[in-house]
Amino acid sequence: MQFLGRRKKLIGNFQNDLYDQCLQFYGQPPLENISLTEFETFAVERLKLLKTVENVGVSCGKSSEQYTKKLDAEISSLNFPHRGGISEYEKRRKDHISHFILRLAYCQTEDLRRWFIQQEMDLFRYRFNCLHSKHKTDFLHKNNLKYETVSAEEKKNLKDKLIASSYGLSGTKVEEHDVYKVPFQDALDLVRTRKVYLLAGNAYIPHHEIVTIVLNDFRTRLSKALAMTARSLPAVQSDERLQPLLSHLSHAYVGQDYSIQKNIGKISLEQIDALSGKSFPLCMRHLHKALRENHHLRHGGRMQYGLFLKGIGLTLEQALQFWRSEFVKGKVDADKFDKAYAYSVRHMFGKEGKRTDYTPYSCMKVILSNPPSQGDYHGCPFRHSDPELLKQKLQNYKVSPSGINQILELVKGMHYQLACQKYFELTHNVEDAGFSLNHPNQYFTESQKLLNGGRDIKKEVDMSQRSQENPASLWSLKMELDRQGISAK
Amino acid sequence: MPTSDYDPACLPDLLPLYYRRLFPFSQYYRWLSYGGVSKNYFQNREFSFTLKDDIYVRYQSFTTQNELEKEMQKMVPYKVDIGAVYSHRPSQHNVVKSGTFQALEKELVFDIDMTDYDDVRRCCSAADICSKCWTLMIIAIRILDRALREDFGFHHLLWVYSGRRGVHCWVCDDAARKLSVAARSAVAEYLSLVKGGEETLRKVVLSDPIHPFINHSLSVVERYFQQYAIVEQDILGSKESVDKVLALLLTTHIKKDLTIYYQDEKNPMKRWDRLCALVEHKKSSIKKGGQYFDKEIMLQYCYPRLDVNVSKGVNHLLKSPFSVHPKTGRISVPIDLKELNTFDPFEVPTISLICEELERPTADEAEEDDVKDKENEQEAGERRRIRDYKRTSLAKYVKVFDRFLEAMARSWKGEMLKKSGELETSFSVFLTFMSFTYT
Repeated sequence: MQFLGRRKKLIGNFQNDLYDQCLQFYGQPPLENISLTEFETFAVERLKLLKTVENVGVSCGKSSEQYTKKLDAEISSLNFPHRGGISEYEKRRKDHISHFILRLAYCQTEDLRRWFIQQEMDLFRYRFNCLHSKHKTDFLHKNNLKYETVSAEEKKNLKDKLIASSYGLSGTKVEEHDVYKVPFQDALDLVRTRKVYLLAGNAYIPHHEIVTIVLNDFRTRLSKALAMTARSLPAVQSDERLQPLLSHLSHAYVGQDYSIQKNIGKISLEQIDALSGKSFPLCMRHLHKALRENHHLRHGGRMQYGLFLKGIGLTLEQALQFWRSEFVKGKVDADKFDKAYAYSVRHMFGKEGKRTDYTPYSCMKVILSNPPSQGDYHGCPFRHSDPELLKQKLQNYKVSPSGINQILELVKGMHYQLACQKYFELTHNVEDAGFSLNHPNQYFTESQKLLNGGRDIKKEVDMSQRSQENPASLWSLKMELDRQGISAK
Repeated sequence: MPTSDYDPACLPDLLPLYYRRLFPFSQYYRWLSYGGVSKNYFQNREFSFTLKDDIYVRYQSFTTQNELEKEMQKMVPYKVDIGAVYSHRPSQHNVVKSGTFQALEKELVFDIDMTDYDDVRRCCSAADICSKCWTLMIIAIRILDRALREDFGFHHLLWVYSGRRGVHCWVCDDAARKLSVAARSAVAEYLSLVKGGEETLRKVVLSDPIHPFINHSLSVVERYFQQYAIVEQDILGSKESVDKVLALLLTTHIKKDLTIYYQDEKNPMKRWDRLCALVEHKKSSIKKGGQYFDKEIMLQYCYPRLDVNVSKGVNHLLKSPFSVHPKTGRISVPIDLKELNTFDPFEVPTISLICEELERPTADEAEEDDVKDKENEQEAGERRRIRDYKRTSLAKYVKVFDRFLEAMARSWKGEMLKKSGELETSFSVFLTFMSFTYT
């Protein structure tokens, strides 16, 4: 179809029409050409955006006021469409393109898809709620969701019935906020539980619940799209320019980063020795033991262990006390500690220099970067220790011979995280760890949960902490990347 | 009016007669074609037959009304069930590529079975019904009919007596026929208030705020409760049934009070009043909970009990209207809601009655015969058959069916117009497009 005469006029409008709202359903893929740099930059920035969304969601309840405030603060600094500013065309374009790039990276496994959909949904919900009421209706209509708002008069007539049917709806809310009329087939969850007023086949949905319905629609669409993307992925992956970029993205650790501490101050220094035997993963137990024995750790070890301790809840004051008391027992006197090492501890907590609040290392990072050399105690024992030494260590820690064999088998197959998981199962006496290990702090949290009783298997919260990666299959992919000289985060 | 005694052993003799001369095939076909709005709607409909000796055959389908008649007259089914409209002719489901044969549409149906109320009716149990417990069906029909029309916006509902112990509802709107499994189950859940099996004592739990649907349903129940439950079912009469009622009250002090009160007061109505008064009094107390005990009791004893599984499945087979019930001989007849209060399941004609009535000539008939003598054979045959059921007690029920079809036919006309309108619109778009291309 070529409407030649009208073409020029269309393009001008096209741009404005395409990105006339700060959010979209991502129904149409972008059709333009972009450079490889843009490709990578956009993707990484969106990943950051989604991780921010995840982190804020973990630290504040998603329905709290704090949540919106915090997201507001974080997102506004990220150069993505925010609250419909005037000249947002570039940002919206980036939003559009980056979403589709990440689809390529996150469509491959069930876990990746689940994570991606969850964050995109949270982002969508946040943006939708930021819209002005009229824009909300416009958005719905533009996307073929024929949801009408109920007139003020009808609202008045139905007020009592509306209040009696919808949860959390008061008289004032009915008056002030919109109520949407939606065919009942589009609001089945509310109909099924009788949480909505029905009249003549329409469900009368208060504003705060229309989001749920729109979100369900969004999730369904995205889920279908990801399945389709997965099918056409081989074609994309065969492009040599894109393949390393995409696998790098999906490898990037995207679980909880434990930088926002939930248990600050809940651990006392006296507990650490006991905890190291019970709830620390092998690498940290190893580091702690080395620190106690040698009263010292080198930089790599201080970073890995120090950040881990921060992640389990140590405050800056506690950390300073901890390191200082240990180092002072060794060759370092108090002054030297304050001059040299204290700075680095404070740096870890984001109190010095460019004030980055460093995040505890994930398993991927521990395994892949900065291998230990003589005199180092950091790294991953399953990866970096000689199998014989590893075996001895496990024997010292009273792991059963059959258990040790299982672990060594996994190590031989290069399944280091699975080996650590097995270690978890053997030391905690459970058949199944119940989670996919990908972070030392996750090991600690799960261990504490188990030891303190009342662990729910398959809780929704665990989903965000679960590994999005299947360590086994991604590991061989990682070897490929290593050979190409591309390192993961 | 006396019903001819029905003997199941006579069924093999009566059924052929029924299918040849009484079954209202032309209305039946008209119904299931739905005005021809969708192509092959009738042809792709599944029927299932239960034949003599309990032989059950599925995936029966027919291309024309004539074929349907001939087959039914040949096979003489004891029971006829209606299933879904499939993507292909059900009779050819084996030759269709696997995975592509699918149920597409079906009426939204409800099945209310009196056995589901056994824990709350004292007059009968299992397959028996009587005029006392029939009230439960009246209540069910009133509540569900209102909700399906007013809340869900459906218009074309056919209520049918199942022939023994319950009623069925066929919701025939276009929108209803297109509902997904999830939607059907959501509708059924919305309409369900009585939850729990043998193990659950308190099957209805109400909490604030009370949804308008529940309020509507309560007002229906309240109209019948005192007469039905207190008087006829006598639920506050014997100690045994009183205990059952009191077991639903969680608040001990109300129970204690009533137990003491009931020692002296034997009048059931007064007993009920006292119960309501105590619950009312409790409402005003500060502690929450238990404010709706009286309403919960009423609902538990009277509110319709649906089998969600019947309503959920698109491919679920349900007994056809005008089918015969082999055990009672009664015809599954449509119920006229305007006469609901006077509907008597024991007055519903049996197959033996109507076959007998067939043999009796009536006065009007003789006259009509003279007038129509000149018509050709086939038309005369048709007319004779049409006259046939009119001679019997089945007539008034077919009339109810006719009225139901009339109302639906009006909507079919609208659909057809819309469709031809669509064709026109797309044609004009095509023309416009063509003109642009050549500009």
